[in-house]
Amino acid sequence: MTMVYDEALEKFEPVLGLETHVELGTKSKMFCGCKTAFGAPANTQVCPTCLALPGSLPVANETAIESTIRIGLALNCSIAEWCRFARKNYFYPDMPKNYQISQYDEPLCFDGYVDVEVDGRTVRIEIERVHLEEDTGKSTHVGGATGRIHGADYSIVDYNRAGIPLVEIVTKPIPGTDRMAPEVARAYVTELREIMRSLGVSDVRMEEGSLRCDVNVSLMPRGSSEWGTRTETKNVNSLRSVERAVRSEIERQAGILSEGGKIIQETRHFHEDTGTTTSGRSKEEAQDYRYFPEPDLVPIAPDPAWVAELKAALPELPSVKRKRLQSEWGLSDLDMAAMHNADAIDLVEATVAAGAPAADARKWWMGELARRANESGIALADLPITPEQIARVTELVASGALNDKLAREVLEGVLAGEGSPDEVVERRGLQIVNDEGELLVMIDEVLAANADAAEKVRSGKIAAVGALVGGVMKASRGKADAARARALILEKLGVSE
Amino acid sequence: MSLISKTAAELGAMIAAGEVSAVEVAEAHLDRMVEVEPKVQAFLHVEREVTLEQARAVDTRLRAGERLGPLAGVPIAHKDIFATRDMPTTAASKILEGWRPPYDATVTARLREAGLVILGKTNLDEFAMGSSTENSAYHVTRNPWDLSRVPGGSSGGSSAAVAAYEAPLSTGTDTGGSIRQPAAVTGIVGMKPTYGGSSRYGLIAFASSLDTPGPFARNVLDAALLHEAFSGHDPLDSTSIDAPVPSVVEAARQADIAGMRVGVVKEFGGEGYQAGVLARYHEAVELLESLGAKVVEVSCPSFRTALPAYYLIAPSECSSNLARFDAMRYGLRVGDDGSRSAEEVMALTRAAGFGPEVKRRIMLGTYALSSGYYDAYYGQAQKVRTVISREFDAAFQQVDVLVSPTTPTTAFAIGERADDPMAMYLADLCTIPSNLAGNAAMSVPCGLADEDNLPVGLQIMAPVLADDRCYRVGAAVEKALESRWGGPLLKEAPSL
Repeated sequence: MTMVYDEALEKFEPVLGLETHVELGTKSKMFCGCKTAFGAPANTQVCPTCLALPGSLPVANETAIESTIRIGLALNCSIAEWCRFARKNYFYPDMPKNYQISQYDEPLCFDGYVDVEVDGRTVRIEIERVHLEEDTGKSTHVGGATGRIHGADYSIVDYNRAGIPLVEIVTKPIPGTDRMAPEVARAYVTELREIMRSLGVSDVRMEEGSLRCDVNVSLMPRGSSEWGTRTETKNVNSLRSVERAVRSEIERQAGILSEGGKIIQETRHFHEDTGTTTSGRSKEEAQDYRYFPEPDLVPIAPDPAWVAELKAALPELPSVKRKRLQSEWGLSDLDMAAMHNADAIDLVEATVAAGAPAADARKWWMGELARRANESGIALADLPITPEQIARVTELVASGALNDKLAREVLEGVLAGEGSPDEVVERRGLQIVNDEGELLVMIDEVLAANADAAEKVRSGKIAAVGALVGGVMKASRGKADAARARALILEKLGVSE
Repeated sequence: MSLISKTAAELGAMIAAGEVSAVEVAEAHLDRMVEVEPKVQAFLHVEREVTLEQARAVDTRLRAGERLGPLAGVPIAHKDIFATRDMPTTAASKILEGWRPPYDATVTARLREAGLVILGKTNLDEFAMGSSTENSAYHVTRNPWDLSRVPGGSSGGSSAAVAAYEAPLSTGTDTGGSIRQPAAVTGIVGMKPTYGGSSRYGLIAFASSLDTPGPFARNVLDAALLHEAFSGHDPLDSTSIDAPVPSVVEAARQADIAGMRVGVVKEFGGEGYQAGVLARYHEAVELLESLGAKVVEVSCPSFRTALPAYYLIAPSECSSNLARFDAMRYGLRVGDDGSRSAEEVMALTRAAGFGPEVKRRIMLGTYALSSGYYDAYYGQAQKVRTVISREFDAAFQQVDVLVSPTTPTTAFAIGERADDPMAMYLADLCTIPSNLAGNAAMSVPCGLADEDNLPVGLQIMAPVLADDRCYRVGAAVEKALESRWGGPLLKEAPSL
């Protein structure tokens, strides 16, 4: 049924569309004063308004409006001079009012774009709209095979999330990505995530649902200019899943189309385990949301002078920053892209800011630490070590107090929770042996035990000194300063280079 | 003279002077309720001990020297659509039977703070949908002037309670005339403030862009005192206007209209209006002229389209506002026997919990908002609304206030229009334009119709945030008519 990716791409051209929801990190909810902390006990962050008790009314969170405008500006959007909230009406137990306060035909921000880079090529993603709405509560369906409401024995609802401000960012259809479609989709969501972080408007944690993505895919036969029927895939909860979901939908749709079948316009669900999508509800029987302007709220009319101020105060955006850092650090496109993909740029930057040379900072994060993060299956940023600590380790190496091998042990100790780099050095006794007396004793022992090698060196085969230095290092359990040991051995044997 | 026949202003002054306690005043009214409630049935909830506890607390505050407003210790009845944390709040619907809000509406909270004592919660048409209070899911309220007639609606419990001397003051809400029409047909004063002048927070929503809390009283000054006590900007209601409350009490005391320009709305009157209503109305217009007002005729042709526009906008908003009554978090729950889905429980609950008029409006509104119909119905109605506002603006360029009969007829008989929604809707013909435009409007008694000896109301409409003009004109009319009648119109009412 499905078609392998390469074959699918020979026959069809994909058109993408992405709808991304970002939970804003405001202190209070969108329309009431309730707290927004993630993971609080169920139904403890609720009030008459977010529970939709009779008579309660919404009051719009001004910080959320400001954040949305800043997002719009960062995405090169126009900002509406006047717009309204609208009610999206549908019944569902986790939506207390049975309508969602959202925006319909008057979004706060519209007509923007964001450029993403994939394999050295810049792709411009056009933004249709950025609007502000409220999140729903969270349903948990207990019993039943699917974890969905149908077939469940019972469901429980946590309204803590109900009313958390949510920004929806919708792209225009994205044609022309060709076989890079999955990578472009991923790069776009990555870029959005970084923009949100740089703006400080959300913690954008996909695993906690503060960044959620719906992926629209359609195919058109090569040579055609008429777009095909699209599907909307939900439940795409990681960057990797974004990529996989696009690929899987392309393969599935190509299979159906080449067998003469028709794509049904529908919502599909992505499954992390199989990397495939299954059918959700069909859009043909989709509800009529009966949108109308929200009469409980007044229109939003941002003062253009204020918008100009917000624009002027935007932080350096990630793409601009990457270019600057690349040139400051003198890195190749490839190295920079690797750091970007590894989510290491901010960490390296912070390490440099804490005093480390860029090359060293990059070496540690992209080498030893990347390996350890990978082993533990966690994000680089989630390693229990700070850029300041890395900077301290590079400082200790530069001063000669540590060598690379010892430095790795120090990192291991820090990661194991043994304290700061200095504390680990102290506790594990990892100082380089610099005491000449101690070194000379060890050298004498090594020379005595390796008379052959010593003789070779004396006779001019200086390369043989390596074995002797190795012996000293072994005797010191790695703590000797190798360069110093080498110099002393040569001096002792009366050889000069 | 007994305590129950005093005005609110008089009671407030007596309590402040220590001549009578808040408890004594509350008891007098509670006793009156015991006496007449079996006939009038204005109330849905009365909790004597809760009321007396409030009265005792006010007495304590006053004895401690706390400076409360002019209505401290005066009892009040609240329409059962305002959330009260110590009494049930049902909107006269089975779907909210027994629901006790964990919070107070801004109106009730402010009046509590000002020392008013809650006598109970009054009956209404379910969710304020109706013009007779017959749509209450609990019982019918009777007009104290004639127990076989309706007290108007939707705030019919509040109008009946005040007209029957069960309460000196009450609150109501006016979405299409639900304060002015019941005031008119029970011979009392009712005021719809400027939309946004009084907070909707804690008021169970019917139609958000129209709902307006307002006062009922037996005279214009009392209404002004109450109006002032609960009005003003409320940060909990985004549509609340952040502007000073017009000085309505001062205007009610002024009662002088010499030199004011009064517009008679040409479109209201004539066919479909009861002769006795028109006769009293025309006399009232002559009276205004004799008091020194300059009366001109003003044409507002689009007012004729107000009723159909209203019956698209109000049901549309209500279809969405009432969606929250779904059995999930509070109120009635039907069919939850473990075998049914959440969706089925919602449907069964709503089918059982809402009355026929509420269902009719939910269906009308759902249809009007549907994709493909939105532009023709809701969208078009909003355009009409804009045109009506512009006609008001144009009219208020020429005149200071507009006047009309409040209702086309006097109180109709219980059951008379119950099966004819269109006839029922026509009761609000003259009141609806001010809801659509959001301007201030009042009904004051202007006499009894000859054919049935029932009260007739004069409607006084003023521009947005010029609520004081309603009080100035209303007080002038009241003063002149009471001197002509030798007392308030209500003294003509039969004793209960």
